[in-house]
Amino acid sequence: MQSLSNLESLTHFVPELALASFAVVVLIADLLARGRGSQMAAALALLSLVVVGAIVAAETHDGELLFMGMVRHDAFSQFLKVLIAVCGATTVVVSWRAPEIDGKMKGEYYTLLLFAIFGMFLMVSAANLVLVYIAVEMASISSYLLAGFVTSRTRSSEAAFKYVIYGSVASGVMLFGISLLFGMAGGADIAGMSSRLVGAPNVGVVLALVLVFAGIGYKIASVPFHMWSPDVYEGSPLPVTAFLSVASKAAGFGLAIRFFYDGWASASASVADWPTFVALVSVLTMTVGNFAAIGQRNLKRLLAYSSIAHGGYLLMGVAAMGGGSSEPIAPMLFYLVVYLFMNLGAFYIVLHLSHPSRLGSETIDGYRGLVRRNPWLAVSMSVFLFSLIGLPPFAGFWGKLYLFKSVIDRSLAPGGIAGHNFTWLVVVGLLNSAVSLYYYFSVVKAMLLDAGEEEGQVRAHPAFAVLLLLLLIPTLLLGFVTTSDDPWVRDASLSAASTSLVP
Amino acid sequence: MDVLTLLWLVPLVAMVVVLVAPRSLARIISLIATAITLVLSGVVWSSFDPSVASIQMETRLAWIPALNIQYFVGVDGISITLILLTTVISIIAVIASWNIGEETHREGTEKGYFAMLLLLVSGMLGFFLALDLILFYLFFELTLLPMYFLIGVWGGPRREYAAIKFFLYTLFGSVFMLVAILALYFQSGAAGARTFSIPELAQAGLPVHVLNWLWLGFFLGFAIKVPIFPFHTWLPDAHVEAPTPISVILAGVLLKMGTYGLVRMNVQVLSGASEGWWTFLAVLGVINIIYGSFCAMAQKDLKKLVAYSSIGHMGFVLLATAARTPEGINGAIFQMVSHGLLSGMLFLVVGVIYVRAHHRYIVYPTETELLDLYHIDRSKAGTMGFGGLANIMPVYTGVMTIAFFGSLGLPGMSGFVGEALALLGAWRVYPVFTVLAVIGIVVGAAYFLWTIQRMFLGAKNPDWAGLPDISTRELVTLVPLAALVIVLGVVPRIAIDLTKETVVGLQAVQDAVARLTSF
Repeated sequence: MQSLSNLESLTHFVPELALASFAVVVLIADLLARGRGSQMAAALALLSLVVVGAIVAAETHDGELLFMGMVRHDAFSQFLKVLIAVCGATTVVVSWRAPEIDGKMKGEYYTLLLFAIFGMFLMVSAANLVLVYIAVEMASISSYLLAGFVTSRTRSSEAAFKYVIYGSVASGVMLFGISLLFGMAGGADIAGMSSRLVGAPNVGVVLALVLVFAGIGYKIASVPFHMWSPDVYEGSPLPVTAFLSVASKAAGFGLAIRFFYDGWASASASVADWPTFVALVSVLTMTVGNFAAIGQRNLKRLLAYSSIAHGGYLLMGVAAMGGGSSEPIAPMLFYLVVYLFMNLGAFYIVLHLSHPSRLGSETIDGYRGLVRRNPWLAVSMSVFLFSLIGLPPFAGFWGKLYLFKSVIDRSLAPGGIAGHNFTWLVVVGLLNSAVSLYYYFSVVKAMLLDAGEEEGQVRAHPAFAVLLLLLLIPTLLLGFVTTSDDPWVRDASLSAASTSLVP
Repeated sequence: MDVLTLLWLVPLVAMVVVLVAPRSLARIISLIATAITLVLSGVVWSSFDPSVASIQMETRLAWIPALNIQYFVGVDGISITLILLTTVISIIAVIASWNIGEETHREGTEKGYFAMLLLLVSGMLGFFLALDLILFYLFFELTLLPMYFLIGVWGGPRREYAAIKFFLYTLFGSVFMLVAILALYFQSGAAGARTFSIPELAQAGLPVHVLNWLWLGFFLGFAIKVPIFPFHTWLPDAHVEAPTPISVILAGVLLKMGTYGLVRMNVQVLSGASEGWWTFLAVLGVINIIYGSFCAMAQKDLKKLVAYSSIGHMGFVLLATAARTPEGINGAIFQMVSHGLLSGMLFLVVGVIYVRAHHRYIVYPTETELLDLYHIDRSKAGTMGFGGLANIMPVYTGVMTIAFFGSLGLPGMSGFVGEALALLGAWRVYPVFTVLAVIGIVVGAAYFLWTIQRMFLGAKNPDWAGLPDISTRELVTLVPLAALVIVLGVVPRIAIDLTKETVVGLQAVQDAVARLTSF
């Protein structure tokens, strides 16, 4: 594993360079074509994401360190970059005809989207806390603007405003934590950070860790840094909401895995007992998310809270990395893939139906009797929701099974998770799944069992039906045909694991 | 393809066919599919060798090799009995569903109904066949979704409440079961040698403290399904709201998934768990018997009465399972089959009267009950309650009497054999509990006879003078069950021969016998 100089690094940095160039091209092309080809920006953005995604997917990697140790170039980041690019591409597709995306500002919208993706790419490949900060800011600032994109709507402005305030505070706090770590460890490299902190004052280490976690927790909407998410999800344009709930979360977890595994996994409990901390945050996150979701009548808010809960399940995996095990990484990555399909599916159906020409509603009440107005959409939505609950045989079940299995496996292994047994965490997680059943089913019940006030067919756009099918097939089959042990996940998780060997 | 795979695959494929075929064909396709599964189960029966205790006709395919998850199905004496029960109950449920659209006032929804019914059948059969724990769990959960919709869409006035209650309770239980399954997997051996295979896990020889909490995990999952007191409260709600054929399946097969699970997992695989658990189970069994019977006696709604009587009768299965003597386990399985047939009959006869009278009150309910509990208009209260039906519907009265007498344990019918075997098996281990359990039989006789007296004898209620007698289609569903009840009551060895060797082969049973004979 070698550390490359700035110039050498550029050849391995092609996707990011391409992405940044494309962002500028989209902006300029839209300016030149303004008033004529109104969909040009979208087409270019889609093209750029397909091209960038293809470049990323085709890359080979030896885990090189780029830019003198700032950026990690490995299968783990490659995996998450593909995930984020896929999510970005579907976001472009659904933004195409979304009523909320103002016709005049298309170029700016897609440019911001590409820059947000650029930031997320950096987040999942950053090997140095300074770059982590820059990457988080890059992704966040673009996201703030995307969230507030519908300037004519108060809710959207309010969402963006909340997002900015919370986000700035969180990243400020994180920067403080980074500077503490930098001071105590004598450097900001993530890999092996805890070993350089042996002997540092324990209070300082714990404080710094909590402060840095504030920044990460904000990105993955973990309790108590989750407050922004329901309001932002509700107020943002729906394509942005879907994008944030999946891509931003994937990037956040990429960062969390990298930070805790590379920097802290092998830390002894005398330096910091972070696995217990993360486990507690995980319990709080899933419980608060699920219980808050029960009372929601607006589907965007409901999905926002449920998405908080899913962050909580994923955090179990982070906690289980304690003691230096890479085993939970593959299940977490698999869960993120499953989550991409099922969550995007649910959000996109909400998006599609919210169009005034279809249902014009985002509330559970508006979904009553949907099965008689469009059985295909109602059944697809039910499948996505069943999968989000984690009911077998849908993909969500397998995602949870592998994740929970890894936590139990680690707990029962000799030495446990840095001396802890987190089997109780799995019980809490499963009980939470039972709770989540209640609110997901309230939607299923409204769609399939309740009688609606209005009759008449709701038509789905043919292109949307195709997109839906592409999301539905993996949601149905992912667990049967592939597992978290398949090479495409295993390689990525092993590559994440191998980096920790760097002193 | 092997016959066991076909057993669960045929209903699943038929479900897809029902969904794409025209609506008018839904019921005939379902009938054909369940008839095929009935024939297939007969084929399995004919090629089953009852003198062999181990798993037969097994199919093993690697499915998820990294975790050693297999597609692993097979039958032994215990599962084949329940598969035969399931295929019989399934085809009867389809026949009973023939006019489901009209009967539930949801004309035009037959496709969805039969599709869900077939999915349910597939899940139940798969559950009894599965010998890999992940497969076992998948099929266990697979029955949940169709049941939710069958109750929630085609049920009575409080159907949604009952459906979600059923779902939440069962899922809550299976959550603990899933943790126990994963833990069992990790305890089953060193990394690389771990397995989800039930026969192999039975040989694993785990330490008692591990077995103890695994036992509790599986117990919680199955206890809710059975249901064992105090997890039983979903059952009366689910039964009262479910349409008749679904009640038949629920009582006839779904409850048996719980007791089968107890025998398969807690007795066979976790037999080394501490003795205290079995006494605990026996106590709960006795509570089920006594509490369920007294609750049944207090009911005015005929369907609730039958539902609570189910809780009581399942108590015998629990008590006998807890004893783990050869007679006990044989009795438990026999009682499962017997109760499956009898409760199927009971719910069918309740359905017959409900379709005609649109209510199920044995006697006049009070005004408060009508308004608060059942949301029924006060003005209709005048047409409630039965009496003297024996003159109005003589054939129906005859069939109902068979079902009632079978259930109260009249010798010559399967209910007697089941209860007698169960008590016989329990006696050697829990004599005190066995004596207490007999109270349940007495109370059972009391409420069944009392119901016959109040509904069929005595003064005629003129409101119901014009009720038509039972129809041929309804008889077609009831007569085979009645015949089986009597045949099994007279020649019980048909069923016992199937299970006998397997039961003797169970490690837990051998341990229990060794323990008893060492006195």
